[in-house]
Amino acid sequence: MDNLVLKVDALQAYYGGIHALKGISLEVPRGKIVALIGANGAGKSTTLRTISGLVKPRSGKIYFLEEDITTCLPHTIVEKGIAMVPEGRRIFPNLTVMENLILGCYTRKDRDGIKQDLEWVFKLFPRLKERTWQKGGTLSGGEQQMLAVARGLMSRPQLLMMDEPSLGLAPLLVREIFQIIEEINRQGTTILLIEQNAKAALEIAHFAYVMETGRIALQGEGRALLQNEKVQKVYLGED
Amino acid sequence: MDNKIKRDLVLTCLLFILLMLGTWLAQLYLNSYLVRILNTACIYVVVAVGYNLINGITGQFSLGPNGFMAMGGYTVAILMLPLAQKEQVYFIEPLIYPFSAFTFPSYLFGLALFLGGVVAALAALLIGFPTLRLRGDYLAIATFGFGEIILVFANNLIPLTNGALGIKGIPGYTNLWWTVGLAFLTVFLVKSLVNSSFGRAFKAIRENEVAAEAMGINLFRHKLLAFVISGFCAGVGGGLFVTLIGTVSPSLFTFTMTFNLLIIIVLGGLGSITGSTITAVIFAFLQEILREVEAPHTIGSWSLPGIPGMRMVVFSALLVVLMIFYRRGLFGNKELSWQLVIDWVSRSKNGKA
Repeated sequence: MDNLVLKVDALQAYYGGIHALKGISLEVPRGKIVALIGANGAGKSTTLRTISGLVKPRSGKIYFLEEDITTCLPHTIVEKGIAMVPEGRRIFPNLTVMENLILGCYTRKDRDGIKQDLEWVFKLFPRLKERTWQKGGTLSGGEQQMLAVARGLMSRPQLLMMDEPSLGLAPLLVREIFQIIEEINRQGTTILLIEQNAKAALEIAHFAYVMETGRIALQGEGRALLQNEKVQKVYLGED
Repeated sequence: MDNKIKRDLVLTCLLFILLMLGTWLAQLYLNSYLVRILNTACIYVVVAVGYNLINGITGQFSLGPNGFMAMGGYTVAILMLPLAQKEQVYFIEPLIYPFSAFTFPSYLFGLALFLGGVVAALAALLIGFPTLRLRGDYLAIATFGFGEIILVFANNLIPLTNGALGIKGIPGYTNLWWTVGLAFLTVFLVKSLVNSSFGRAFKAIRENEVAAEAMGINLFRHKLLAFVISGFCAGVGGGLFVTLIGTVSPSLFTFTMTFNLLIIIVLGGLGSITGSTITAVIFAFLQEILREVEAPHTIGSWSLPGIPGMRMVVFSALLVVLMIFYRRGLFGNKELSWQLVIDWVSRSKNGKA
């Protein structure tokens, strides 16, 4: 248990009147990439929204570093060290790239640490450094996704949760984003990744869960799931 | 970086001194009509800049500044009205106890304004608490209702407000020193707030609530803070207003007041303090200039009767034209800063050389 960053236990939640989560249990070990894949409406996003406190669970528990955070409010959950890169990027379009990044560390007060992390983030995303004074909305789709990830990293989270980072990106950019996710993970950040692009996600994930209509249908190591017949048939579109 | 902050502070102080010098000259040389318009302009600046904080910068659509102005206005009127005048004004029903027994001396006018702001801010807290938890247009509806409720109270709480007759003979403490000074202070404080991490959070809420929440911003607390500050500004503005014109009655703070303020902040650019400040002044002057269109005219043997309310038609037409050609207002959400002024001056110098 001491090596788990996040533990979700028998989580049930309703979203928009629908019983979206029917008992989800999952574990995210420290330093790993864990992927949550599944079709539209399987409940992936609701799982993430429940962990980050935006949706109240009906029953079940969420533990972060062994602490029960089930009933915490969204902003306290961010303060505890869980950052979220929301679906569809959701950067702040009329604020500059720099303002976007500074908002990422809204809950932090250590100026020196922030300065260091800013440099770290610019090293990861050199393209953002050239555009610090540009408005977020004027960036290209790929750059906006990079900004969203960078903004998430600015809180120096213990756990970074990403909701569909490949959404609406060209295949080349998808590969670039996933390379960066791997790089971030290699440098020590634990990642919980939600993806519809099952192949890309399973290739980099150490461990993965497959969701179907509010339940975990399958689980296993990323590479192993790639070989799984059922996964291949349903999510990878291979015969 | 630090040098720039110091430089900006020095320049701001210089601007303040310049403004005060201007005020002194205006008091000496301008006629009372112009002084009156300037006073009104500065009061509009105080209220509009505060109003822009909640509507333009935080992006929460409130329609209540007339209610908050009324609360501030009545508070200041009741506190500052001389005792003899109190007995004369409240002839239907006497003023209720604590207020009937005392009155603020003139040197406590500043305190009365502050208290007017506090009363309005408390009202904002009370109304914001249930409504700011909801998303969307609920705030607009609730604040609109609040403004109307305040007017109903003002009409019927006769022992406190003297009902529809209003309160007359409020000493005219408001002068250019107060209005210019407070307008300057409001712009300075709100601008500092907007440039702080609070301001960034306000703007983040406007841009995208979900993302702002994901960044760890407490949406409710920030919206409430912006709303309360905005209420405070409106309260102070209301207090200045009633001590400028010397009377207060419910008809002074009808929804038209909110509509005027809305025109100011939309014309200036939602989210731009510079825009609100400049259009507030323009609006105060236009309101006077456009009296011409309401006055009766004789052209040769033709005589046109005056059309009251024509000014609002002109303003509405102006708003429509502006929304077509400058959808984001005169300034969008841009701000004038010392850096921009310096860049501009040095550029025009280089152009000459």
